[in-house]
Amino acid sequence: MNEILVLAHKELRTFFDSLIAYILITIFLGMSGFFTWLFGSDIFFIGQATLQPFFSIAYWTLFFFIPALTMRMLSEEKRSGTLELLLTKPLSDWQVVMGKFLACLELIVIALLFTLPYYITVSFIGPIDHGAVISGYFGMLLMSAALISIGLFASSITNNQIVAFLLSLVIGVFFLIIFDVLSNSFTGSFGQFLNYLSLSTHYESVSRGVIDSRNIIYFLSLGYLGLFLAESVLSKRNIVE
Amino acid sequence: MNIQVTNLTKKYGTQRAVDNISFNVSTGEILGFLGPNGAGKTTTMKILTCFMAPTDGDVNIGGYSIHEDAAEIKRRIGYLPENNPLYLDMQMLDYLEFVAHLHGVDKNKIDKRIAEMIAVCGLNVEKHKKIGELSKGYRQRVGLAQAMIHDPDILILDEPTTGLDPNQIVEIRKLIREIGKEKTVILSTHILPEVEATCDRILIINNGKIVADGTSEVLRKQAQSEETLRVQILDAKNKDEIITSVSALDSVSMIDPVSDMDNTFIINSRANQSSKRNLFNLCVEKKWVLTEMTPLETKLEDIFRELTTN
Repeated sequence: MNEILVLAHKELRTFFDSLIAYILITIFLGMSGFFTWLFGSDIFFIGQATLQPFFSIAYWTLFFFIPALTMRMLSEEKRSGTLELLLTKPLSDWQVVMGKFLACLELIVIALLFTLPYYITVSFIGPIDHGAVISGYFGMLLMSAALISIGLFASSITNNQIVAFLLSLVIGVFFLIIFDVLSNSFTGSFGQFLNYLSLSTHYESVSRGVIDSRNIIYFLSLGYLGLFLAESVLSKRNIVE
Repeated sequence: MNIQVTNLTKKYGTQRAVDNISFNVSTGEILGFLGPNGAGKTTTMKILTCFMAPTDGDVNIGGYSIHEDAAEIKRRIGYLPENNPLYLDMQMLDYLEFVAHLHGVDKNKIDKRIAEMIAVCGLNVEKHKKIGELSKGYRQRVGLAQAMIHDPDILILDEPTTGLDPNQIVEIRKLIREIGKEKTVILSTHILPEVEATCDRILIINNGKIVADGTSEVLRKQAQSEETLRVQILDAKNKDEIITSVSALDSVSMIDPVSDMDNTFIINSRANQSSKRNLFNLCVEKKWVLTEMTPLETKLEDIFRELTTN
């Protein structure tokens, strides 16, 4: 456990040392702020003190923001050979993947902390449903965890950052839209199955303040699957090359 | 700590990069790993450091097997990988601290260890720079420093002196010898004099198989069972006289004039015999002047070339 934290700490420092963190947080806040407060059907037109518009926009900004964080995590280590350095230290493959995961999640938490002024501002406008807001933030965290593990998996199978970025967007698109769209064109149990696979179903219900154990299980298992696959890809070097 | 390698095999597809090799290294020994490119040196090192699992066979390090106790082994090994990969966007001091934390070095001792490594590896001038801003030689020193920071029992170095200047090479060799007194060191290199200068034992591998194992003296003796001398003889009437009388000696098997030097000959003795005394006596008897008699040793290069070319 200690090794995971050491690695996560180092990765987080690298984010902040290399400006990646500042640029990405600025873009994330800029985009979600612009669409929440200034553009389109923004928060003032709803006639209700709610952060719902922000949560719907964060759904898409996180979708672009997270692959940009995860794309270099494993691919760059593979390309530069530092993976060998890391894995010959007392670290297992799983600990490496977990350390990277934790670093990305920490950065997301920091980015989300900067959106707390939105919450404070809206709570001045009118009576706000505090439970729904907490649940919405919880939903964003769960979704981020799932997207980070998908991103890490994409990053593990290539040593090219751009390929990793595009690949995690492609996988992400399936969970964010395509399963949802498909589930509408199928009826019966297959339609229900696709509906369950779609990330938007679960995210919407959590961000509305309805937390069901099914949603939590969905996010956690998607996250675990991504991390498990990333670790498997790393361990593949033991079998063939 | 002892290293025991038993029947180690690693296949890449159908190619056997390491083919059923076995050897032991004992504590306080410095083993030099030699071999042409693609012989399997780096693969063996990757298996020893638990980066990669072998297809078959076992490595036992101080009682721990690479199959079951990889974590324990990794804690006791310091490793400098081939091409010395480093995090170029990290500051050197942060990097050393990171590695020390990963190895679980006691928190109170970390600063002391870092200071020691910086002194030992001569990094003091550049210590506040980012690794990416360092020259190749300094990066190599950082690689060595990170390998030794947790005071490992075993040090595995894949080409440790590439990119260093001659002074630094001498220092690093001295350092390796110093460490090798108490610890086990395995190093691979292409520089043959380096092996002779630093290693107690040499292991030459070719096509994944061990082709020679022993001290440099043993290897020399194996490669050269007969004595070879270069002699210069003056005051003889002509070349042919020397050639006929020297060939008549019992211990001499062959004499050859050296083409670009006058009066100089290469003389081979018969197996396990020496011709030095006979030659001297012959010259005294004939009133020739012997101005040079040099025993020619087989160079490690020759042994290496002979063993690794088919």
